[in-house]
Amino acid sequence: MLDLSKVQVSSSPHIRSDETTKQIMLDVVIALMPALAVSIFVFGWRSLIITLFSVCSCIFFEWLYGILAKRPNTTGDMSCMVTGVLLAFNLPVTAPLWMVFVGAGFAIIVVKMLFGGIGKNFMNPALAARAFLFSWPVIMTTWVKTRTELPLFTTPVDVVTSATPLSYLKNGVLPDASLLDMALGMVSGCLGETSALALLAGGLYLLYRRVITLHIPLSYLGTVAVLTYLFPRGGLPAGSFMLAHLLSGGLMLGAIFMATDYTTSPLTKKGQVIFGIGCGLLTVFIRYFGSYAEGVSYSILIMNAFVPLIERFTVPKNPAEKRKLSFKKAKEAGKSE
Amino acid sequence: MKGIGKQFKEGILTQNPVFVQFLGMCSTLAVTISIQNALGMGLAATAVLICSNIVISLLRKVIPAKVRIASYIVIVAGFVTAIDLLMQAYFPDLSESLGVFIPLIVVNCIILARAEAYASKNAVFPSAVDGLTMGLGFTCALLVMSAVRELLGAGTLAGVQVMPDGYQPAMLLILPAGGFLTLGFLVAIFQKIIRKGE
Repeated sequence: MLDLSKVQVSSSPHIRSDETTKQIMLDVVIALMPALAVSIFVFGWRSLIITLFSVCSCIFFEWLYGILAKRPNTTGDMSCMVTGVLLAFNLPVTAPLWMVFVGAGFAIIVVKMLFGGIGKNFMNPALAARAFLFSWPVIMTTWVKTRTELPLFTTPVDVVTSATPLSYLKNGVLPDASLLDMALGMVSGCLGETSALALLAGGLYLLYRRVITLHIPLSYLGTVAVLTYLFPRGGLPAGSFMLAHLLSGGLMLGAIFMATDYTTSPLTKKGQVIFGIGCGLLTVFIRYFGSYAEGVSYSILIMNAFVPLIERFTVPKNPAEKRKLSFKKAKEAGKSE
Repeated sequence: MKGIGKQFKEGILTQNPVFVQFLGMCSTLAVTISIQNALGMGLAATAVLICSNIVISLLRKVIPAKVRIASYIVIVAGFVTAIDLLMQAYFPDLSESLGVFIPLIVVNCIILARAEAYASKNAVFPSAVDGLTMGLGFTCALLVMSAVRELLGAGTLAGVQVMPDGYQPAMLLILPAGGFLTLGFLVAIFQKIIRKGE
């Protein structure tokens, strides 16, 4: 007989996991570390300084907003740290520190906190800040040669610049760097985006920790791979053209770490696949036909804006209703026979 | 005379066409990249607004209700053409930098809204004052917005370098996206100030 004295009445949810926002954010930060290590090797200690400064600025702005708006301090959930690292990863290593500070302020105050803080922003803060920082297009597209000595704190001047693999691809030629160099990250580009392998390692860790699922990264990268394989430009061999596109620019960083942001991506698996395919299509379109060489950040931002629409079209059906429908169909099929 | 004071307060503050009524957004966002443009646009719209309010108020009993919008547009278009030609003659530079936005005053919602909501129901003198106050409210809003955008986006105010030499202007603010951002922030600040006053 059931002992009713032990049965408790309470409202849902009845099953809770130990997962917290902080734990997830910490996992993301850990997953970004290999890319940071490669970046320090490729661009020198300045990339560590920029990343740390960006993280501190983001924490500062979130704390400041809490004080100004008389809201509880939310810096403890570590989401601003992730924004800080991602923002730094999206900047060239030669970016002056004041620009990092402005970007952090825009990301945290305008894009995140004004819309209600974590879980309520409709765009990825780090990417929106990158778009804002294109106010200074020259700084944002100055790519220093790999392994150049850079001053740690002051703004570097007269650096030896070099073209990124993407600018070669834009002109319809294969990059001068080998595919191996591109995979390892020994090419110029934004601070944290160059090493596809380090980012993939981080992605595998996130998959293992079940922070992300494969839907968005796979559909995103898959779309780019298929399109670039089917339509190589400048008469280049399709295989190496496709690999060069996959390994260059911010594609890995975007597909693994930024398109998968919980707040700004769809909830359902179907929606996530649509979202990923949309990102992939836009990225290839911008890379092929746009005026910028890179399109990852804009395509993710544009798809962020489409998320509410995607959600509306992918509302899951009630299972009972589904069964009724299939039953009806079977009955009709039986009748016609 | 008390009524006029109230009309001024409404036009510039509590019923500000841009920050409260959200009218004329197209020209607001487009021309506020420099103070000269904003001033030119604001004054041109004010002139049209006063004239059209007077004429529409005079004709308010003549115009049949069914074709009133078309009639308003014809009246407004007449004044806009006059202003456009005058500006081309006397301020060719300003006219060139404002470009298509001067002819587009014809379809500016502020003018049609005031015609419909005020001039078609009130006597001539209050209608003229309404045109003046609403026009001034529009001009003030444009001036504030263009001051912010020009200062941050180009480092100048009315073409004069204000920011120190080391300042690198944030180009985004004079691009369309910056217009929306500035407008959002200014509306928020404005609403806060008005609420406090109540």
